[in-house]
Amino acid sequence: MSFLSIDHMSKYFPSHSGDGDVCIFEDVTVKVHKGEFVTVIGHSGCGKSTLLNIIAGLETPTEGGAILNGQEVTGPGLDRMVVFQNFALMPWMTVYQNIALAVRSAYPTWSSQEIKAHVQKYITLVGLQGAETKKPTALSGGMKQRVGLARAFSIEPKVLLLDEPFAQIDALTRGVIQEELVQMWNATRNTVFMVTHDVDEAILLSDRIMLMTNGPSARIAEIVDVTIPRPRSRETIIEDEHYYKIRNHIIHFLVRHASHGQEGESGDAAERSGPVEINFRDQATKEYETTASH
Amino acid sequence: MGIKSTQHPFFISIFFLGIFLFAWHVATISPPFDPTGKTDEELLVMEFNGDIMQTDDGQYVWNPEKEKVKGVPGPMTVMEKAWVELNEAFVIKGTNDHGIAFLVGYTVSRFSVGFLTASVVAILVGIILGLNQMLFRALNPFIQILKPISPLAWMPLLLYTVKDPKWTAILVVFMAAVWPTLATTAFGVNSLRKEYLQVADILQLSWFKRLYKVILPGAAPTIVNGLRISFGSALVAVVPAEMLLGELGVGYLSWIEWNNLDIAGVIFAILVVGTVGVVLDSGFNKLAGLVTYRE
Repeated sequence: MSFLSIDHMSKYFPSHSGDGDVCIFEDVTVKVHKGEFVTVIGHSGCGKSTLLNIIAGLETPTEGGAILNGQEVTGPGLDRMVVFQNFALMPWMTVYQNIALAVRSAYPTWSSQEIKAHVQKYITLVGLQGAETKKPTALSGGMKQRVGLARAFSIEPKVLLLDEPFAQIDALTRGVIQEELVQMWNATRNTVFMVTHDVDEAILLSDRIMLMTNGPSARIAEIVDVTIPRPRSRETIIEDEHYYKIRNHIIHFLVRHASHGQEGESGDAAERSGPVEINFRDQATKEYETTASH
Repeated sequence: MGIKSTQHPFFISIFFLGIFLFAWHVATISPPFDPTGKTDEELLVMEFNGDIMQTDDGQYVWNPEKEKVKGVPGPMTVMEKAWVELNEAFVIKGTNDHGIAFLVGYTVSRFSVGFLTASVVAILVGIILGLNQMLFRALNPFIQILKPISPLAWMPLLLYTVKDPKWTAILVVFMAAVWPTLATTAFGVNSLRKEYLQVADILQLSWFKRLYKVILPGAAPTIVNGLRISFGSALVAVVPAEMLLGELGVGYLSWIEWNNLDIAGVIFAILVVGTVGVVLDSGFNKLAGLVTYRE
């Protein structure tokens, strides 16, 4: 049994005009193993953030559900920490207080000494020594998200949920923080569920990448195995023989689905019968590519 | 003019104050009595009416007692009055004649009780409404109707109900202070960024921690804005409440001096009201600075 599984999940929102509901995504089934880094990639508005929020327990699915470690997700909890796109740091608290609030909640029995040591450990891990007493306003976007990551890692959740964590960070800083995340993940081997629309970010970080079609009625059409050995870094990853194959494949998929997915969706019989698994190490993909390109 | 714009604004303030006082002084000078062209009979009638009086050396001058209620008193007269009042600041001469320090104390304590009670009530109710969208939308029409009612309009009803002018004055201040804070608190809590509450949900914060670690500090800048509006409106309400209810205070001072036809006293009372307002306001701003943050 997988560690985190999303089982035939669908989400409908009431439509603005009031006649019936709009289907955001339907029949999404995902299985994530313990310690795996899984990414969902798709265009804006395909419902990938909604999917992440449902796993976090912040929203409820219309059909199906999420099961974590044998237990159905019914609400938010300390075992699933979200790293938010807009950081969601409390602006009235210092860096230290923001992380300490989380640590204190996760380990209510700890003494203040233990909490202090734990917070300090994660501040050091993200390289924010000296900024402990600063308020988030005084930090750059990259530093803010470092605090967000430190806060998330500090409570040692079963699953880390990253909601487009680097979307609001400038391109140069983004690369640096992505690499820091790789190192943090290597050290902890947390189970991570990330949504993004950055292809390079997905390849650098993930074990598997789920490609989502456009909404309404979005679905997970393909699951791409990132067959690039770890440890990875931005420098070495581009020299891997599979890198551009994977990258091109994903970009082709996204371009095909750019115009609200109409043509790409109707043509593929395979998409109707569950996601296609793509693995560039096997030759199974050859077969797929001939079906897809007609 | 020797004033340069690069100089400290304090000097410019002093300059304008000087001009104002001088203009006030000149405008209120009354020329000395000139008896030329008046018959003895006319002078006798004027003296009989108390307009003029004869000095020891037989000259006629304006009657200083009548001068007090003729025209607007000049700055010197007001300063004399202020000097007298401030010297008697801590003296109680009679039931209704307390020194200015006592009057300020009564007003400030009346204002504080009304304002603080109103603030606590308004913030608590505001948080409840802010967290409950349905309740907020259900009660908002009532708040909108009650908000623009002048707090003084409540006074007859309050006086009739509580039958005690002391409490009525406090309740008038309460009524003036409660609505702006209530409305803005509800708005501030309601428009708190949902990520903050989501973080609180994920961290499984207790009801109490959620309130004082996330909701209150998050909505604090908006709540302070509401308090600021309430503060001003309560300060405006306390003066006429004292006048109408005859409760001892700086507002009452202004009214009682008018009843005494002591216009210098009225001007002095106005200045005291202004000073009390400034002191209270700066104290409030100090407190407000402690709880606000930048996004």
